[in-house]
Amino acid sequence: MPLVTDLDDLGLDTGGQLLIERALAGLAAGARVEIRGTHPALALHLGAWCRSQGHRLERDGNALTIVKGTADADRWTGAERAGTAQRPAAHADRNWGLAARGALIEAGGPPLSVEWVDRDLVWADVAPQLYANAAASQWDPATAVGWQAELSTPAEIEDAVVQVMTFLIENEQAALVIPARLLTQLHPQFREVMQLLAAQVADEARHIEIFTRRALLRRDHLGVSGAGGRASLQTLLDERDFTLASFLLSVLGEGTFLDLLRFLNEHAPDPVTADVTRLAGRDEARHVAFGVAHTAHVARVDPQFLSRLRFAVETRHAALADTAGLNQRVFGSLVVIAAGSFAPAAIKRGWQAVQRLQQDMDEGRRRRLAAIGFPDDEAAEISALHTRNFM
Amino acid sequence: MPALLLGAVAYDPKVVTIWEGFRAWLREAGLDLDFVLYSNYERQVDDLLDGRLGLAWNSPLAWVRARRAAAARGMQVSAVAMRDTDRDLTSAVVVRRDSAFQRPVDLRGHVVGTGAIDSPQATLLPLSVLRAAGLNLGEGVEVRRFDIGVGLHGDHIGGERQAAAALRDGDVDAACMTDANLLLFGREGTLAGNSVRVISQTAVYDHCNMTAGPAAEPAELQRFVELLLAMSYADPQVRPLLDLEGLTRWLPGRTDRYVALEAAVDEAAFYDEKGEVIAAGYRP
Repeated sequence: MPLVTDLDDLGLDTGGQLLIERALAGLAAGARVEIRGTHPALALHLGAWCRSQGHRLERDGNALTIVKGTADADRWTGAERAGTAQRPAAHADRNWGLAARGALIEAGGPPLSVEWVDRDLVWADVAPQLYANAAASQWDPATAVGWQAELSTPAEIEDAVVQVMTFLIENEQAALVIPARLLTQLHPQFREVMQLLAAQVADEARHIEIFTRRALLRRDHLGVSGAGGRASLQTLLDERDFTLASFLLSVLGEGTFLDLLRFLNEHAPDPVTADVTRLAGRDEARHVAFGVAHTAHVARVDPQFLSRLRFAVETRHAALADTAGLNQRVFGSLVVIAAGSFAPAAIKRGWQAVQRLQQDMDEGRRRRLAAIGFPDDEAAEISALHTRNFM
Repeated sequence: MPALLLGAVAYDPKVVTIWEGFRAWLREAGLDLDFVLYSNYERQVDDLLDGRLGLAWNSPLAWVRARRAAAARGMQVSAVAMRDTDRDLTSAVVVRRDSAFQRPVDLRGHVVGTGAIDSPQATLLPLSVLRAAGLNLGEGVEVRRFDIGVGLHGDHIGGERQAAAALRDGDVDAACMTDANLLLFGREGTLAGNSVRVISQTAVYDHCNMTAGPAAEPAELQRFVELLLAMSYADPQVRPLLDLEGLTRWLPGRTDRYVALEAAVDEAAFYDEKGEVIAAGYRP
């Protein structure tokens, strides 16, 4: 008994082929399916469709029978799955292209031009949870900050806030560009890392927005941008290795920024500054967590990698040896913000607060370096070589 | 000079991609082949017979001309390969579903839209069917041609699509098109589903073939045909090219289903028996 598919009055110009494909699915080449139907052009439709699909159409009187061809099976010869949906493969094939993780992939098609195809070079086990956290923690810059608050900051303190915001913006721009660049070289097999980096880019975009908006609340112009600071950030942009870039940016740079943002939040002269530094700090903590977890993952898989991390810090230090380091106006602004006024006693307190900030930054870096796997003494040495520009 | 030079007509930019791809594949397989693209089939057939080409990827109409011209010169051409999709096409004469036309003779005093002057599938063959049904084309029935891509022998389906649109819009009473385009125009919406009826259709006929001319060196030609027939849809390198060219496998050439076209060419006085172009108003 040949299989029979009845299309009723359906033509192949209105979806009839879907019923035929369903009937042919799973049948071997050479299998026969009789097609019945009342559409007046059914035979013409079938003739054209069968030719295009590599099937044969047999006509016996009014009976129309499709003899299944090999094209469909041929198309899927050599097809393979792009790993499994549940977890990333140890090695991602560039030929999988942009296919979803776990999808069945027709052979052929252009290979993906990406550099990072090995899981251990980009992965951290905590990435899925961090992404879930990032997705759940998105906030709206328009409403999350109390922009309507009354600002009564004295003019000189306001100038200091504007200068610090100017500094923060250029650092956040580096922190946006670097993960964006890593994204373009990352195989999508490592989906959770890709999503996390994308969220990080979006985070930095928001930070740039709120810092800019805070800076311009009462001023028409931003502060200054020092050549040394930009030179320091350029060395971050120049790092092409995924893990080294993540280490320098997220572990050391954004890690140091966590203390800076906490300091600014604590000494904020107005509620808007307090809001923007709190919100940015919360996001940065997630970026730091991935950087630490990922770098630690690489160091666990390859303990020799610790020496490469150290070398990267030393190289960056050497490259920045002849630059001015932290813009003195930024440093002064931090003192003034912590002081709250230009009274000598206040400035003295502010100065001491910034000294403590730098100690906190150093301790934080040492703690993170230890978490990655550095012995305490080496962690202290590496922390001391970190850029004076904070990021 | 390459061992084999193949001509193809550039009816669409994708022809460059197709033949560059096939050339690379064939060269990898050890066949020294190059290709030349033509703006129309008449020049390609001239060059095939003059020995400037060894092979011509010919429309059915170009095959008819090449065969006639070769015979007139005491030479031979042969159809060495064709696509699986070149076999057993049908063309249809369709009318609006709600019209009164039931048979071709009902079109007396009315207007039939066709493809371009040189389209075997949308002009020459279906008009031959209407003649056989007793219609006196040009006198009793007005033929309105949609001359898009003249010289491309109907490879450019623009003429067929315009004829279909004219039928839909009531500008013509019937339109000629292939079974594949009847399906395509329905799917893309040029003709709304169930809005037309077929009142006549051709017998099955074959379409393009790879024509070997007198300049094709026999050993190279044999190797070329072997390689074409060996191209597999399972090969991810050639599958995109096969998809672009519209086939799932190459088959050996056959020439028994060009008989109706030979007759249609004579009826329309398109080529003479020597393969000379005699069609009035044909300027490829």
